[in-house]
Amino acid sequence: MSARETILQRLRNRTGGELTVPECDFSVLERPDWSTTERVERFEKMIESVHGEVHHCTEDSWMDRLAEVLATRGARNLLVAKAHEIGQSLRSADRNDLPELLIYDEPIESWQAHLFNEVDVSITSTRGGIAETGSLILWPTVDEPRLMSLVAPVHIAILKASELYTTFHEAMKAQNWAAGMPTNALLISGPSKTADIEQTLAYGVHGPKELIVLMIE
Amino acid sequence: MSETAEHADHHIDVKQFHPRAQAAIHNPKIRKNFRSAMDGLMAKRKAAFEGWDLETLRDLGANVRLRALANLPDLLEQLENKLTENGIKVHWAVDGDEACRIVRDICKARDAITVIKGKSMVSEEMELNHYLEEQGIEALESDLGEYIVQLAGETPSHIIMPAIHKNTGEISKLLHEKTGTDLSNDVEYLTASARQQLREKFMNADVGVSGVNFAVAETGTLCLVENEGNGRMTTTVPPCHIAVTGIEKVVPGMEDVSALLALLTRSATGQHITTYFNMISGPRKAEELDGPEEVHLVLVDNGRSSIYQDDELLDTLRCIRCGACMNHCPVYTRVGGHAYGTTYPGPIGKILMPHLIGLDEGRHLPSASSLCGACGEVCPVKIPIPDLLVRLRQESVDGDRLHPAKVRGHGAKRSAMEAMIWKGWAWMHASPGVYRFGTGVASKLRALQPASAGAWTNYRTAPKLAAKTLHQRMKERGQ
Repeated sequence: MSARETILQRLRNRTGGELTVPECDFSVLERPDWSTTERVERFEKMIESVHGEVHHCTEDSWMDRLAEVLATRGARNLLVAKAHEIGQSLRSADRNDLPELLIYDEPIESWQAHLFNEVDVSITSTRGGIAETGSLILWPTVDEPRLMSLVAPVHIAILKASELYTTFHEAMKAQNWAAGMPTNALLISGPSKTADIEQTLAYGVHGPKELIVLMIE
Repeated sequence: MSETAEHADHHIDVKQFHPRAQAAIHNPKIRKNFRSAMDGLMAKRKAAFEGWDLETLRDLGANVRLRALANLPDLLEQLENKLTENGIKVHWAVDGDEACRIVRDICKARDAITVIKGKSMVSEEMELNHYLEEQGIEALESDLGEYIVQLAGETPSHIIMPAIHKNTGEISKLLHEKTGTDLSNDVEYLTASARQQLREKFMNADVGVSGVNFAVAETGTLCLVENEGNGRMTTTVPPCHIAVTGIEKVVPGMEDVSALLALLTRSATGQHITTYFNMISGPRKAEELDGPEEVHLVLVDNGRSSIYQDDELLDTLRCIRCGACMNHCPVYTRVGGHAYGTTYPGPIGKILMPHLIGLDEGRHLPSASSLCGACGEVCPVKIPIPDLLVRLRQESVDGDRLHPAKVRGHGAKRSAMEAMIWKGWAWMHASPGVYRFGTGVASKLRALQPASAGAWTNYRTAPKLAAKTLHQRMKERGQ
């Protein structure tokens, strides 16, 4: 008998008999309906408490803020999406206050060392955020692959205030995650960190040392 | 020599709990490292649940886990179907050795010689690193704590914070000796050098091995909770990802995950959420530019289906591995994780390990507790740990005639002499004449009572028999 059959048979022929299925009431996860302002405030408070940074801007001003953020960090380059409007508008903006723009349009195998060693900053879109925990929702795509939010020392994410949900529970219901998930989905709540050495917090242990959110209001 | 015996010959003798605990108690460095860490974790957990209706949330956590367990075989099949549909290959292993062989075979088929690992307690249970090394495959831990522990040739002393027993000075010395970093007490510097060393390894690894926090049957999704990003690296950069998990980790839907996640990170480290919550539902698609081309899930039983048979013991399987029971345990805080000599230390280890290694091997585990009840009070899924400790204590001496013992290796602590004494004790208490005579004689002979009563009086004053029995005193008072 295969391991699969052995295990399933043991579970099905349980000596204790059939188990009763309890009711699960998820209402304890629900929060009163926060306004957008309340959600923005809470999101900001939470993500800043774990070393994330939030910059408030508008559809017209985000590129200026981005340029400032990059300049203060002396970024040599910025990894952007090829097709997404963020990448499109950055590339067509033709600004001289932006660093070199890189595009992730080849399989990782062909430029892994370059991505790992040379890229300073990357910028991605989000599928919204979660106010309660200060989290960004990312569903990496062909255009914005998984490693875009992980490898560079600085990750910048654009979040629309109108796309902030109150809780994770609410977000997954609203976006109907039960219907199907992408190959990879992420909640990102701050820069990479560890407390494995004597409980002392250190940032950027494997992923980005900095997470910067450009909040479009 | 069989593969199993070969695999087992470096085991720590779990039965030697007492000498190890004794040594730890007399080691001020261990006492200090654990005390300060556990104090911090308890305070952070409390703060993280502020404003929550914690009892209702814990009830939900318990029900979500119970509901999943009640449908376990169906859910496992649903998970397998959904994962297969998503392109993830599913394997089943009856025990740790079989799981190790599955991982080896996947590696061999790819001519893999280097494996990078994300944190996985099930792989510790399987002793996968040791096994792969024997097979000529390098297995490197990438979680910073696990990396440190592996460099030291040790095992984790806490399921969430593996290197909690070491302080910065010790870690600095270890990194200096093993990797050539400068001696420094600057944690930023030590972390940055580990990042550098491990980045190379991520880029060159043939296979990534990770654990799983929740496996979602409805969507075929493997969820991983982490702060460092090494889990994302492990599951994204190498061309092949193998996830290993216990069969009890499956839940019906994403909604269940939202409840368990709210409990897990707050209970574990007092975080409202970890930096990364990574949900994997398939290998890289043809048009995608990164991610592993192959994803495997190894479902490991290793004693879990035995625990599943009994209504009481079943509660053990609700565990979501947060470690809160350890953080709040007065015994764990004093002896540290290594004293137990088991993969899972602390309260959860005391109720889980006897099933994995047998109650003969783990005979001292259920007794290494003051039954203060803190573990049961903080458990996010309300596992009645103290009740289960009592149950296992009974099973270790075959102490309950009405309920025959079930756990493998039960009765290992039974002594004929002790059983006889208890039998006499029960008889005496059930026979008033004998009782009065016995206690009367004992009071008269109290001068002959020995000053020490074995281990009991090592740290306690021996109780002294009273000059008069309670019955005599009551009689004198005319009642």
